[in-house]
Amino acid sequence: MTDTFRPGVRDEEILSLEGVSLWLSGREILHDVGFSLHAGELTGLIGSNGAGKTTIFRVILGLETPSAGKVLFAGHPRPRRNRSVGYVPQSIGLDPDVPLRARDLVALGLDGDRFGIPLPSRSRRQLVDEMLEAVDARGFADARVGKLSGGELQRTLIAHALIAKPRLLLLDEPLANLDIRSEQEVVGLLAKIAKAHAIAVLISAHEMNPLLPVMDRVLYVASGRAASGPTEEVVREDVLSALYGHHVDVLHVHDRILVVAGKDETHHAELERTHTVVPRGLG
Amino acid sequence: MGAILTGIFEPGFFTSEPVRVAVIVGGAVSLVSAVVGVFTVIRGQSFAGHSLGDLGTTGGSGAFLVGANPLWGFVIFAILGAGAMELFGARRPRGRDMATGIVLGAGLGIAALFLYLGTTHSNTTGATITILFGSMFVIRSSMIPVFALLSVLTLAVVALLYRPLLLSAVSQDIASARGVPVRLIGALYLLAMAVAVSLSCVTIGAILSTAVLIGPAAAALRLTKRPGLAIAWAAVIGLAVTWLGILLAYDSYYWPPAGRGWPVSFFVVALILVVYLLADLANGQKARRAGARAIASDKGPGVVAGRAWPSSPGEPGAE
Repeated sequence: MTDTFRPGVRDEEILSLEGVSLWLSGREILHDVGFSLHAGELTGLIGSNGAGKTTIFRVILGLETPSAGKVLFAGHPRPRRNRSVGYVPQSIGLDPDVPLRARDLVALGLDGDRFGIPLPSRSRRQLVDEMLEAVDARGFADARVGKLSGGELQRTLIAHALIAKPRLLLLDEPLANLDIRSEQEVVGLLAKIAKAHAIAVLISAHEMNPLLPVMDRVLYVASGRAASGPTEEVVREDVLSALYGHHVDVLHVHDRILVVAGKDETHHAELERTHTVVPRGLG
Repeated sequence: MGAILTGIFEPGFFTSEPVRVAVIVGGAVSLVSAVVGVFTVIRGQSFAGHSLGDLGTTGGSGAFLVGANPLWGFVIFAILGAGAMELFGARRPRGRDMATGIVLGAGLGIAALFLYLGTTHSNTTGATITILFGSMFVIRSSMIPVFALLSVLTLAVVALLYRPLLLSAVSQDIASARGVPVRLIGALYLLAMAVAVSLSCVTIGAILSTAVLIGPAAAALRLTKRPGLAIAWAAVIGLAVTWLGILLAYDSYYWPPAGRGWPVSFFVVALILVVYLLADLANGQKARRAGARAIASDKGPGVVAGRAWPSSPGEPGAE
């Protein structure tokens, strides 16, 4: 399993955004966003709905072009055909009847962007099997993609992204539709992948709790602005208050940290959605 | 044995020139439609496929009005229609459907005018039947190379786009991020679909072209979960129903009301329905058997779900 990945160098900078702003139909969606992602690190992209998480993904994927700023892959501009970024979307709109097995979907990750009909190949099949094994998906490898459970689909999509040997793996709300047990399994799997193969992993979530045990860094987004760094340096009253543009309390309750609006808060409704509990030991 | 064969293949079936042309052209066209149709179903573009047939009617009836070969009318108008859908249609399926509907209504209105003018002018209703419901037996053998060329070209486009089409069916965003020109792929596929539909407009009729596009593909999707096999199944079903339809239509010359024969398009479409129902039935049986196996081997649905996570065996419901 290990040798199917390109050996990466720990802590090597994989991606950096510098002063990225994005205007869409007269609205500023992102304002001066800058951060970098490193090999072997798992970064949580945390923020409420509409904070700009998906837009940051779209900018990294090249689906949106920043109005200002730079997106650099290991110091270079994004190539048009970028195989170094694997992407796992939040959901795929696939009909249950579509004739595509989990293993076919993984194989498409290898060469789905190529033209023509693939010839049967032993090495290709072997690689697909290894990937299915890596995400513990052998049990449902021959099931229709449309009939997989949320957790099964999530892991199949991870294998689909990993088989192209990316340096960076983006996952859009991978925990959104999972039960707690599947949630823990997927998080554990992603942490393992990041460390073992020196891939930079960026996971978006509106709730940072499940990610805390494995998160190396946090990229906190609010109102199109972002702050990044180790969790204990970002999830702090002064940093988050500056980000939100109004006062935010970071409370310690029963070994957890609760991010809540201040007493005289006018944007109370917004913060209600973003409150986050952080175990003290980690925060 | 000989008597049975004569009973199935009525005298003259193998020597008739119209039958020969119908077997070649009808077979090839249905095969192409079935293969193209697999992606039509996967991409959820059945409505667009149906609309291309209706738009082809405008061209086919226009060609009939000016005395040209209807095939070119069908092809040109279906391609123009596909272009219009692509231009008007947003990336969202909803926008695409509405754009399709608007173009479609206009096209059918013009077809009604052309068919009215054509039939009142030439005082025959036969042409209307031919345009709307097709007739494989009146295709001239000199047209075989044209049909063959268009068929091969269409299949080549689908073969070329095979993987990007599957990938963008899974997720347009994944495909785009991987550098697949999703919009261009979609436009090229629509073009292939336009040609496939116009070919079947001639053989099976503009109204029924959707049946050979969607029917074999829908049945194939019930029979297999592998993309390559689904295409193979669709091709076989498309070919089989067309050839069987031709045979039945030829034999029906002796059926009541004797001496007229039943239209081949009717048989093909009826056979597609039968095959689809059988495939659906087979699929249901397979699912039931799988369920019965799971229960018999003490692996209820709980474990089927639970095996996803072998590292956490204590799942409630797994016991």
